[in-house]
Amino acid sequence: MALLEVKDLQVYYGVIQALKGISFEVNEGEIVTLIGANGAGKTTTMQSIMGLIHPKSGEVIYDGQSIVGMPTNKIVQLGMTQVPEGRRVFSELTVYENLLMGAYINKDRSKVKSDIEEVYTLFPRLGERKGQLAGMLSGGEQQMLAMGRALMSHPKLMMLDEPSMGLAPILVSQVFDMIKHLNETGTTILLVEQNAEKALSIADRAYVMEIGEITLSGTGKELAESDKVKEAYLGG
Amino acid sequence: MEFISTLLNGLSSGGTYAMIALGYTMVYGIAKMLNFAHGDVIMVGGYIMYVMMLLLSQNVFLGIAVAVVFCVLLGILVERLAYRPLRGASPLAVLITAIGVSYLFQSLALIVFKSSPKMLSVLQISGALKLGKLSVDYSTIVTLAVAAAVMTALTLFVKKTKTGRAMVAVSEDRDAAKLMGINVNFIIMITFAIGSGLAALAGVFMLMKAPSLSNTFGAMPGIKAFTAAVIGGIGSIPGAMVGGILLGVIEAISFKIPLIAPYTDAIEFSILIIILLVKPTGLLGKRRREKV
Repeated sequence: MALLEVKDLQVYYGVIQALKGISFEVNEGEIVTLIGANGAGKTTTMQSIMGLIHPKSGEVIYDGQSIVGMPTNKIVQLGMTQVPEGRRVFSELTVYENLLMGAYINKDRSKVKSDIEEVYTLFPRLGERKGQLAGMLSGGEQQMLAMGRALMSHPKLMMLDEPSMGLAPILVSQVFDMIKHLNETGTTILLVEQNAEKALSIADRAYVMEIGEITLSGTGKELAESDKVKEAYLGG
Repeated sequence: MEFISTLLNGLSSGGTYAMIALGYTMVYGIAKMLNFAHGDVIMVGGYIMYVMMLLLSQNVFLGIAVAVVFCVLLGILVERLAYRPLRGASPLAVLITAIGVSYLFQSLALIVFKSSPKMLSVLQISGALKLGKLSVDYSTIVTLAVAAAVMTALTLFVKKTKTGRAMVAVSEDRDAAKLMGINVNFIIMITFAIGSGLAALAGVFMLMKAPSLSNTFGAMPGIKAFTAAVIGGIGSIPGAMVGGILLGVIEAISFKIPLIAPYTDAIEFSILIIILLVKPTGLLGKRRREKV
């Protein structure tokens, strides 16, 4: 059974239709990626799933339960989380406090403490900078923090929106390695990326979005080899 | 000596402004709205104290406690009924609503308590502390002490508690805060509760100085405290404290100089304009982080 199922999702911004009825699913344990150009509706899709935007029609089913119309904080409690585009760390809080915020739904303090230590093990850079304001971190460190923060809620499904955006190539590779690692340790991943090549290389399955519609789907490998995808997203 | 006692007077009325300004600045920072009815909460708190004094005659502290609790609940209620339904509406709609709530409070008070001012001496702390030539009213000292304690407590609350940090998070990035599992409506409710409670408390100190209560009791202090919040940088908690105290000190000094005393209000608002010209975000206001 699919962990996340999106059915015929339609979203409007005013009179403009941003999502024209998209459907896809993410099975437990998979890495699924949505690729597509700027403005295709990838971020809108993520925000609708998390309840930050209210769709006009359609269904989002998580773990057998409809979550359309549910407030975002309740959705997070179900075990979903999103690493938003542009990282959106809390710049006025320290690294440590950002991680605490990530564990907001967890009432067990000693568990939170040990979780934070685990995040420091996963991202040693964050441990070194735990007392610093997040706003002072570099882009790569902020991306690590955004991912670490998302992990603090123990998500079953982690959605990442453009995690490689604005990062140096070496950091991009690190971010993708980390996503792969998180997946191998049991987190289901839904990844939105403009860096189609990287995304397809780690994805089990992929969907191509174009102006509010899903136009192509298949395994990561299939899409990486498809002429249409090569031409449009992989530079020939 | 004269100067020191003027300064202390300024600090104490500044502390009162700061307590009110904190409500403006926290609500602005977290709910992203200007709550123009905030000053009127002071007035409502005053009338509640008045009623409590009539009913209980002697027990001042119970009267204060009831007023503060009433205003906390009032703040929560107003947010729930008037502002929450407008979440996501245009800022102008919210602003007009806040002005409407302000008039509603003032008109209700006028209907219930009529237009003649009520004399109400809340806390009669007479006498003054004399140290050589220096003489400071005890009421000034009490105001200063309570204001300092309130500001310290609030700072610790914001920095050290989970709810306080969530307030910082919501203020910086509401959607990211939601993604942490933070119930933004709850945080906004807490903010209104704290702000309104502080306003009621500030009302006590205002009545200590000038025990005359009418339905526009909160209007001018409200505007002054709003000015203080903007001077300090609206949205910033330390900013509201600094702005409030600065305004109180300037006011106290200006009152002492006969030549400019009549123009004190004008001077205060001119300072606001000058500070905004030099630093549009206010003294401690931060420029919002650019999206990367």
